Amino acid sequence: MGLFLGYTLRNLTVRKLTTGITIVGLGMVVFVFAAVLMLTNGLKQTLVETGSDNNAIIVRAAANAETVSIIGRDQAGVVTTQPEVALDADGKPLAVEEIVVLVNIDKRHGEGLANTIIRGTTDNVFHLRENIRITAGRMFTPGTSELIAGHAVSQNFKGCELGGQITFAGRTWTIVGLFDSDGSGFDSELWGPIEQVQQAFRRPIFSSITMRLTDPARFDQLKTRLEADPRLTVKVEREKKFYADQSQMTTIFLDMIGMIISVIFSLGAVIGAMITMYGAVANRTVEIGTLRALGFSRRLVMAVFLVEAVWIALLGGVVGVAAASLMSFVTVSTTNWGTFSELSFSFALSPAIVGSALAFAAAMGLIGGFLPAVRASRLRIVNALREE
Amino acid sequence: MKIFGLLFRNALRHRLRTLLTIAGVGVAILAFGVLRTMISAWYTGVAQAAPDRLVSRSKISITFTLPLAQKQKIERIPGVAAVTHGSWFAGYYKDPKDFFPQIAFANAESFRLFPEYIVDSAAIAAFGRERNAAIVGSATMERFGWEIGDNVRLTGTIYPGDWDFVIRGIYTGREEATDITQFFFHWDYIDLRMQESFPGRVGQVGWWIIKIDDPARAADISAAVDREFANSADETLTETEAAFQQSFMGMVETIIKSLEVISALVIGIILLVAANTMAMTARERISEYAVLKTLGFSAGHIIGLIGGESLLISGLGGALGILLLIPITQALGAVMRQWFPAFPIDPMTYVLTGSTAILVGILAAVFPAWRAIRLRIADGLRRIG
Repeated sequence: MGLFLGYTLRNLTVRKLTTGITIVGLGMVVFVFAAVLMLTNGLKQTLVETGSDNNAIIVRAAANAETVSIIGRDQAGVVTTQPEVALDADGKPLAVEEIVVLVNIDKRHGEGLANTIIRGTTDNVFHLRENIRITAGRMFTPGTSELIAGHAVSQNFKGCELGGQITFAGRTWTIVGLFDSDGSGFDSELWGPIEQVQQAFRRPIFSSITMRLTDPARFDQLKTRLEADPRLTVKVEREKKFYADQSQMTTIFLDMIGMIISVIFSLGAVIGAMITMYGAVANRTVEIGTLRALGFSRRLVMAVFLVEAVWIALLGGVVGVAAASLMSFVTVSTTNWGTFSELSFSFALSPAIVGSALAFAAAMGLIGGFLPAVRASRLRIVNALREE
Repeated sequence: MKIFGLLFRNALRHRLRTLLTIAGVGVAILAFGVLRTMISAWYTGVAQAAPDRLVSRSKISITFTLPLAQKQKIERIPGVAAVTHGSWFAGYYKDPKDFFPQIAFANAESFRLFPEYIVDSAAIAAFGRERNAAIVGSATMERFGWEIGDNVRLTGTIYPGDWDFVIRGIYTGREEATDITQFFFHWDYIDLRMQESFPGRVGQVGWWIIKIDDPARAADISAAVDREFANSADETLTETEAAFQQSFMGMVETIIKSLEVISALVIGIILLVAANTMAMTARERISEYAVLKTLGFSAGHIIGLIGGESLLISGLGGALGILLLIPITQALGAVMRQWFPAFPIDPMTYVLTGSTAILVGILAAVFPAWRAIRLRIADGLRRIG
């Protein structure tokens, strides 16, 4: 088996320029493949982080985003007094009723406006979303035009830094605090006092109600009862699933573009690998003849060339994955089609992605190296030794 | 022109390698073309915008509605020829994931402001008569297999409940890039339902479409409209249709930039494939070039041979890529209909792909040609065999 390891690896160093070029080419393809996977993974992670398994969220029936959901005050009363809802220390339901609207704010970098989420909420929210912490400044005071800005919003939008001011709905609002939500979708939002937001937009209604369950297992009972209640037209979901579903359209879109690009690119890479391997076979006809004359079988010769092709491909794969891992430092801010609002997320590498990328690279190597390897194995010893 | 014969013969010496290189360059040019088409598809909305139409929407964001009462005030502004309104419905047909745009038009006259949508007058008349009539773009009709006269039920999200429509007409686009996926219906249908179930939402429209007499005065008239409603409860933001479409670009800016970066990478890949082949080819023929130099052929001839062969190969590859681009973008356009209403190939794309192929042909030959020229005849002849 020294043939497979030592011989094949050393052969890679013989024609350095050509081999190098092929490795770089394959590396680029793997980079694109891995980067797309990392992007959709990052999007999913951000939205899946948003929300807890212990919470249920109530929106209007058929609404798939809070921005299109309307729940009246009377309905809210019925919803929060259900037996499955946990109670806080004062015996009040552990629930927060919120209103969510989209507002245009100028981006810091890049052109134009983007739709940003303004969430009207109350102090109660910290009991329900335990991974949210104020990192600078303070929480807004109810009854004032104050806001707290999520981490990503403060970085990407003009006027949303601590102490900054933005104008919408005929009022000027001041950012009095910044909050961090562990990379979840809430980082892309601005939060303000609910009554003020309702007044400013003249919408005396709620978009959603988020409640803590006494026991997550009782979710199904709650869902069945509320959705069947004739007084209500609501949809009940686990908070995590609700936000995760919002990533579907964007994920499908990114996946589709990624797949199209990867398929076309991989064709190019396979052709590149083929050219290199054919060149390798052509250059080494005497060697191959010698090996065969020494008694190595056709199958072995073919295997040797296949292995070399796979080595080249894997090296390209490693280069590509290494380059892609540098992308984890990049954050992307784009519109999430599910909610029509701006969302920040980053490229997230996972062991599964590394595995897929390397497997993809190896597959390209195998496919590209197959035909040349077959040709190598088919060489007739006499002709091969006669060549120069 | 014996040189072409020589180039051809030389290229065919290694048929397999030449074919593979042509295929490789072709695939990469195809990829480049597809990416550029995707990028320009994002901008079709902007490119297709009419210069004499303005869009006026709520200053807060497009998701806020405006009161119907604003219409009269807008009509009185000098320079305004006609005003109509549109509203975004955001419903779905059976599966929420099968997105297509549904827009409520004020009435049948709204179509007059959109000469790029070709509808027959019988359909418009029906639209005017029946409150729940719909006129649907040909692409969406095909997608769901609808026929004129079909009853279609949509589930509303912004406007909750089930909405029943009858398709009374189909519209096609005047140009290849016109959006033919839209589902138009009567705003009165929404308003009546709101009167029954949500009185607070009566008389609200999504955005104003304003036709002006003189496109050169677009900025002035836009400012006049916004001034009219400044400091009111429903402030507007008015801009040309092109600027309105452009503002949506900001939302997908990141994706467009990434696609542009990937396009650049693709060019790099094309170059590598072509350069690799030319390097291999030139290395094999060093002794030949030495012989040619001995015979008296100048450096210029050598460059011509190497460069010519390189251009021939990359030119053929480019032609292959461009030829494949047409059917592939058509197929992709059908798949990506949800996100790109139109997927036309911009003439600029042909120019870019063609010049890329030529540029690659030249660049790939640079290093081998340089090596061949610098070669000392004696060294080259030493490698006989």
